[in-house]
Amino acid sequence: MLQPASTDPAFIRNFCIIAHIDHGKSTLADRMLGITGVVSDRDMRAQYLDRMDIERERGITIKSQAVRMPWALDGQSFALNMIDTPGHVDFTYEVSRSLAACEGAILLVDAAQGIEAQTLANLYLALDNDLTIIPVLNKIDLPAADPDKYAKELASLIGGRPEDVLRVSGKTGMGVEQLLDRVVELIPAPQGDPNAPSRAMIFDSVYDSYRGVITYVRMIDGHLSPRERIQMMSTRAVHELLEIGVSSPEPTSTKGLGVGEVGYLITGVKDVRQSKVGDTVTNAQRPSTTALAGYTDPKPMVFSGLYPIDGSDYPVLREALDKLKLSDASLNYEPETSVALGFGFRCGFLGLLHLEIVTERLEREFGLDLISTAPSVPYEVMTEDKKQYTVTNPSEFPSGTKIAHVSEPMVRAAILAPKDYVGTIMELCQSRRGTLIGMDYLGEDRVEIKYTIPLGEIVFDFFDQLKSKTAGYASLDYEPSGEAEADLVKVDILLQGEAVDAFSAIVHRDKAYAYGVLMTERLKKLIPRQQFEVPIQAAIGARIIARESISAIRKDVLAKCYGGDITRKRKLLEKQKEGKKRMKMVGRVEVPQEAFVAALTGDVEKKDKK
Amino acid sequence: MPSALPIADPAPLDGLLPASVVTGASSRNFGVYLHVPFCRVRCGYCDFNTYTSDELRGAKRGNFASQAIAEIALAQSVLRDSSVPERKASTVFFGGGTPTILPVSDLAGMLHAVVETWGLAEGAEVTTEANPDSVDRDYLFALRAAGFTRVSFGMQSAVPYVLATLERTHDPERIPLVVQWAREAGLQVSLDLIYGTPGETLADWEISVSQALAQHPDHISAYALIIEDGTKLAGQIRRGLVAMPDDDVQADMYELADSRFSAAGYQWYEVSNWARDGAFRSAHNLGYWVGHDWWGVGPGAHSHVGGVRWWNVKHPAAYADRMAAGLSPAAGRETLDDETRRVEAVLLQTRVRAGLPVARLDPAGRTAVAGLIADELVDARAALAGRVELTMRGRLLADAVVRRLLDD
Repeated sequence: MLQPASTDPAFIRNFCIIAHIDHGKSTLADRMLGITGVVSDRDMRAQYLDRMDIERERGITIKSQAVRMPWALDGQSFALNMIDTPGHVDFTYEVSRSLAACEGAILLVDAAQGIEAQTLANLYLALDNDLTIIPVLNKIDLPAADPDKYAKELASLIGGRPEDVLRVSGKTGMGVEQLLDRVVELIPAPQGDPNAPSRAMIFDSVYDSYRGVITYVRMIDGHLSPRERIQMMSTRAVHELLEIGVSSPEPTSTKGLGVGEVGYLITGVKDVRQSKVGDTVTNAQRPSTTALAGYTDPKPMVFSGLYPIDGSDYPVLREALDKLKLSDASLNYEPETSVALGFGFRCGFLGLLHLEIVTERLEREFGLDLISTAPSVPYEVMTEDKKQYTVTNPSEFPSGTKIAHVSEPMVRAAILAPKDYVGTIMELCQSRRGTLIGMDYLGEDRVEIKYTIPLGEIVFDFFDQLKSKTAGYASLDYEPSGEAEADLVKVDILLQGEAVDAFSAIVHRDKAYAYGVLMTERLKKLIPRQQFEVPIQAAIGARIIARESISAIRKDVLAKCYGGDITRKRKLLEKQKEGKKRMKMVGRVEVPQEAFVAALTGDVEKKDKK
Repeated sequence: MPSALPIADPAPLDGLLPASVVTGASSRNFGVYLHVPFCRVRCGYCDFNTYTSDELRGAKRGNFASQAIAEIALAQSVLRDSSVPERKASTVFFGGGTPTILPVSDLAGMLHAVVETWGLAEGAEVTTEANPDSVDRDYLFALRAAGFTRVSFGMQSAVPYVLATLERTHDPERIPLVVQWAREAGLQVSLDLIYGTPGETLADWEISVSQALAQHPDHISAYALIIEDGTKLAGQIRRGLVAMPDDDVQADMYELADSRFSAAGYQWYEVSNWARDGAFRSAHNLGYWVGHDWWGVGPGAHSHVGGVRWWNVKHPAAYADRMAAGLSPAAGRETLDDETRRVEAVLLQTRVRAGLPVARLDPAGRTAVAGLIADELVDARAALAGRVELTMRGRLLADAVVRRLLDD
């Protein structure tokens, strides 16, 4: 077996697996770990590489890791580094850095479903990074598998012949050994200068509560050794290398890492922000002058307010966010207060999935009950007095001054679906202010539809709508595509004349009415009757665009007392008063906490459907 | 299924009361409530502590009067041992259940024991509840002869299908008859009505109100139907067989009843009670609202003496066992602290026309009165005179008014 730190790059193969969420990447990776002997069957936890519970449940990989596996072909030993990549659109930047650490990629596609939009996007990134692609169809053991059809589809996408598409089953292990052989045969060995100043690219960093930040790197040039002082080229921060090693798959310390090798570094830093994905690590004494290309700071694209349902949990939420930040460099937050929801945080996320994952981790790992406000995107607002505002929260939308123009972030969306759904999808995209860029047929019956759409439309329920309108067949990928001016307005929702900040939204003028009607109707259903009539209004500035009203309650009295059972009556009063404590006051109106939650999540309509 | 007992402290087996109950005893009336926990059938809406013969688990109706008389004796010795000054009974009230399911001699016997034990105060009010189909002329005359002064008939409605939904067994035509006999016997008459029964319309209710008024009773109670968990009616609503009573319709019905009663010369004196004049108000029921003392005799009966509340074991068989063993039948009790007594005073006295003295409110409560006047829930004139008196709208929102008066 080849020893790390002194492996000839000629015998190293670095590769990743590009696959859609449930196309079996983790199962295949597990199978490779078993076949190469790095994990014995006994130790095999299902889907070894996906460590977090949420990842396992959702079948997606959030944080990537790298595993070194031995493999022999024709009597020669090789070291294969499998770099796991996050599979979702929100993490495009992280994906691109993982790809940059590889020379080749296995393109893994479900033999019963064919390629999906996100996979196409990642495939595009891989080709852009000059990676050698090995096309593979997985799950060929499934009765519904149609490998011939999808082999043609893959061949037409990346060139080559359908017969060259490997057929495997991660579940049974069929074809996996041949796949490993193919990796050795086809993927080029890494190139680099062993004598140049050392350069290693960070493709992931993970916080570990015992060891601090674990930084995953790919060596490009030179060599890194234990105890040497290293420097992060973007921040110039210098750290001592406490430990360097490889994962196989448990971390194993080594004498260092040489050209082409993939491994981890531990420096004792406690915050992943000090070890940024894409940054270049060099030797502090003999630093390189040129950082590796491709590094950027991830920018939050979706914002939402997170509030604890129980106000007294606010400190717990703060602590939980502080902890999550250690392992998630792309999470941003600052304190925020809402009249309706109390104390919370305005948080910035890479995308919707990122938002979901963070709130789910907060709820699960820290036992918090949270409300999140409707997701919002960053708008650039220019007022007529030439002042520019970046608005990530409707409450920051300038009022009082005239708005000169507003621009919003746009994305290029690629939607992949069976051709029967083209009409439905186009209708949805048009209704979301999309502009068609083009359409490509993949094989006979599947189409890739490309649109430019405002991100603000995507974050509002788009994916759910797309799935429900296409019986789950459509898949979506999108990437930022600049900004565009639009006629956007802020719609406020007023209860008895008082704006409820949590319900304000920035929407296109053409949709303001629909939003106003939706919210006023929802609230009418959710807010209990009060001792007075409560008007519910939607307004743009001072102009009312929709109105509902809740009539005053007329009876709130228990008719009798039961044979002198005053105790029962008093307990009932105590219960009613307890109930009132869970109400939030908006002016004089008592609103149950659950009403805010339901109004924000749309549970009203869902319940109606049932 | 009868409703559950409150959760509180266990009551001592000898029933002895703390010394605090003596304070102010002579300024409070003393009443006796006798709970007769038997019915021929259980009505679909009822969650009172009552049992049909199938549900008695060996307890016998025939033994009940002697057990109740034993509790009366126990009551006397507990009050004596606790140094509570002896007071004559100002009110005696037989409720249930169906007290008139027992032979009139049983009711007479129990009343006799009360009279022998404490005596009756001048002008004492002695009432029994009665089902229109469980009494006849002789029975009513025998009640009067035994010392009863008042009978309260469970009329509920004059509309047959409303009575059927309630599972009341009497024929509405019997009401004029029993009222007539009661009058002849020399008894005051009260009629109990229920409104807001599933399916009952405002027009149905108007018929019941008119029929009740046509009997010229001395007193009328009108209770909005409450759907209690665990009742047959609650199950029928859950399964969608009948509709849940609508609060707005019940409000309409209340307003209609109040205007018809007022026009006929009846005045409200408690949220659900109207009387021809002051003399005909139910003194016993008022005792609950204004915090007098009373001893509740019988299974599941509640008592109050000087800030201590307790309640008896619920099942007639368990009650029979306690009495046979010479033990107090009390199952649980609570001793109210000063603040709880104040809260109760607000809760209870707000419901009566005499109203709550503003002085009983804390500063926040006194401030809240201003808002209640503005919202037309509390009568401004009475408030300026130092009393919280509910308006018509306020009576319908009495629980909300109480919450605002006690908001902290």
